[in-house]
Amino acid sequence: MSKKILIADDEPNILISLEFLMKREGYEVVVARDGQEALTAIERERPALVLLDVMMPVKTGFDVCHEVRASETLRDTLILMLTAKGRDTDVAKGLALGANAYMTKPFSTRELVQKVREMLGEAA
Amino acid sequence: MSGQKRTDRRLWWLLAAAAVLSIGWLVLTFALVGSTLEPGARAGVAELMGDRWLLISLTWGAGMAAIAWALKRWFDHWVTPSVQLAEEAQVLLRTDVVRELKPKGNVETKVLADLFNQLVGQREELRRLMDEKVQAAAQGIEQEKSRLAALMSELTQSVVVCNLDGRILLYNNRARMQFKALSQAPGVAGGAELIGLGRSIYAVFDRKLVAHALDNIQQRMLRGAAQPSAQFVTSTAAGQLLRVQMAPVRSVQAQMAAAAADRAELSGFVLMLDNITRDFEDESARDQVLHTLTERSRAALANMQAALDMLDYPDIEPAMRERFLGVIRDETRTLGQRIKEVESGSANSLKTRWPLEEMLGSDLVGAAIRRIETMTGLPASPVDVDGALWLKVESFTLMQALVYLAGRLSDEFEIRFVQLRLSPASGSAGKAQLDLMWSGQAMSTETVMSWEMDAMKVGNETLRLTVRDVIERHGGAFWFERDRARHQAFFRFLLPLANPQEQVDFATFVRNESRPEYYDFDLFKTTEQTRSLDDRKLVDLVYTVFDTETTGLNPSDGDEIIQIGATRIVNGKLLRQECFEQLVDPRRPIPAASIPIHGIQPEMVVGQPVIEEVLPAFHAFAQDTVLVAHNAAFDMRFLQIKEKKTGIVFDHPVLDTLLLSAVVHPNQDSHRLEAIAERFNVTIIGRHTAMGDAMVTAEILIKLIPLLAEKGIHTLGQAREAAQQTYYARLKY
Repeated sequence: MSKKILIADDEPNILISLEFLMKREGYEVVVARDGQEALTAIERERPALVLLDVMMPVKTGFDVCHEVRASETLRDTLILMLTAKGRDTDVAKGLALGANAYMTKPFSTRELVQKVREMLGEAA
Repeated sequence: MSGQKRTDRRLWWLLAAAAVLSIGWLVLTFALVGSTLEPGARAGVAELMGDRWLLISLTWGAGMAAIAWALKRWFDHWVTPSVQLAEEAQVLLRTDVVRELKPKGNVETKVLADLFNQLVGQREELRRLMDEKVQAAAQGIEQEKSRLAALMSELTQSVVVCNLDGRILLYNNRARMQFKALSQAPGVAGGAELIGLGRSIYAVFDRKLVAHALDNIQQRMLRGAAQPSAQFVTSTAAGQLLRVQMAPVRSVQAQMAAAAADRAELSGFVLMLDNITRDFEDESARDQVLHTLTERSRAALANMQAALDMLDYPDIEPAMRERFLGVIRDETRTLGQRIKEVESGSANSLKTRWPLEEMLGSDLVGAAIRRIETMTGLPASPVDVDGALWLKVESFTLMQALVYLAGRLSDEFEIRFVQLRLSPASGSAGKAQLDLMWSGQAMSTETVMSWEMDAMKVGNETLRLTVRDVIERHGGAFWFERDRARHQAFFRFLLPLANPQEQVDFATFVRNESRPEYYDFDLFKTTEQTRSLDDRKLVDLVYTVFDTETTGLNPSDGDEIIQIGATRIVNGKLLRQECFEQLVDPRRPIPAASIPIHGIQPEMVVGQPVIEEVLPAFHAFAQDTVLVAHNAAFDMRFLQIKEKKTGIVFDHPVLDTLLLSAVVHPNQDSHRLEAIAERFNVTIIGRHTAMGDAMVTAEILIKLIPLLAEKGIHTLGQAREAAQQTYYARLKY
């Protein structure tokens, strides 16, 4: 059975590519366009991993990450943060709030795929 | 000395003693002689002598006279001169009389008198030397003070010195300008209600903030820091952001003290202020630009890269390929747009900032003309130079560019003279155009281009700079233009103008010829008085002396203030720089009959603030001071009638120079301002303008204070009581 991945980003221009990429890699893909939508989707779909953008309307990626980690049922969801915020302090904040990994935009899709595989415990 | 001197009593005593002795000696002689004789012989002798007693008395008397004369001579020679010398020396000792003592009497006394004279001479010499030294020292101090004042007033940093109570005892012109920007009523009081000698700095800064900074400094001094200072940033009531640097002022004793705790004793502090509001805004704008440039570009790049990566898959469907290409096109377009926005927007701050200085445009033109003439020998002259323009330039390289261009014009085009023209740029705001003009043939674009791009050559020296470099430093532009109608050609430089705010600052700053009194170090000594104002001495008080001009005499019948003028007296000195002068729109017609009295024409008050705006500013100006006016009751009624409407209550203590004059000169007929001024020899300038009258009143008050002291009136309370009791006070206004 293929693993489910949630992609949360408010920019359609990246959603197209990521959705295509992940589907191509054989994952089942769900998308969300803001923080609140992402939370609902996580609860409903229980994805194995979330690609989470930081700068989103309604709720930021930091908020989503924080709430997921605070929830009894969802806390084991893997989170890979994707963000245009490149400062050390932002990386530190993301990791402190419970993100499993952090990638700064722009990134190469190959690395992204590799990272996702690693996190899901699949050998490259 | 006259001959009629009182005879020394000791002389009489000695004479009496001689008389008693000689009588005793006579009696003894007779007794001895008598005892050796037979009784018969004794009787015979007695009988024999009996008739001659008179003779014996006479010889005794003659003897006594001889003794008396001898004694007197002896006294006059030996005793009296020393007594006199002693008396005269006493006089010399006790008073400052300088006089040569006349040597008299015996030799020893004469020597003594001479010695005294020499001592007196020595004393006078010492005194003179001492006086000279004191005077020289005082002069030195005065010189140092004025040097300091000169230095202060020319500093481009604003400096305020306060004593420990936060009272301002020195400030410079720059600080004055800065406080003007902080004033909440800039049009009315112009910051004079905030800065002034003796005023409290806590009107501007939170007391706790200053205390905290002082505490920091003291802690650091205790730890042995040599030059401790503290810094804080604060925002003012007017919304300005100030960076304040504080340095301690230590008394000389404290600096010499051995123990660190004693050395940390402060007597005041120096504040150096920077208004960083604009810097801060620039900084924020820059941050904003950086933010959009980095974060948002990152996101856009990520979108594009992801799409490109997807396009790399060979098996991609045409529809999908089209979508990814769409993403790339979309993102490229938005990126391009963003950069355009950044460029046109507030991002001036992003461009490389060469340190540019503010310079009066006409100064730059003048200097450039001199340089062109000396370096190239080409006659140069100014034409249509706007004297009000302040440029923000790097004058050295800019002048080199001008000289270089003029030189090439002279060498290659045989120009006979050049002209420099300066005006605000017609096309772009915030810029000025500086034209280097000549009349003669046109120039090809290639030539202009090569002149612009060639390394500049000035005299024999080739610089590594080009004209274009110079222009870029200024964020300006440079081109060649031709005015066919006038047969003129010119190079035009677009140069940045200095900020309007700075222009005003600098204009006032430079044009201020006289060096006003912005310091009063005597305030260091005064400390916050906990006593009530009534107990304080008249000489120590700070006064706001004011006068109003009104439409008429009856505020209750609708007469209004049309002008307020006020000045301050601190430490017995009239501060002419710290004044308040404001016309007021009375919102009613000004009676024609009153115009000759105050000279204020109706059109003069048009557009002026109304009384509700002026009174708060005046109240702030007069804060913590004693209000003084001539016939104060009149002016106070006009102020007080507005209390309900404005909520501004003038509950300051009030002194009336009319009443005080009546206290000092109860027998004079007139206590009109002119009459008193004449009595005190105060020159009247601009009588019947509010400011002019306030100045005269202030000078009168200064003269009245010592006269009141002569009458035993020293404190504010005493002065108010005495004024109450005068005849004039009983005539209710």
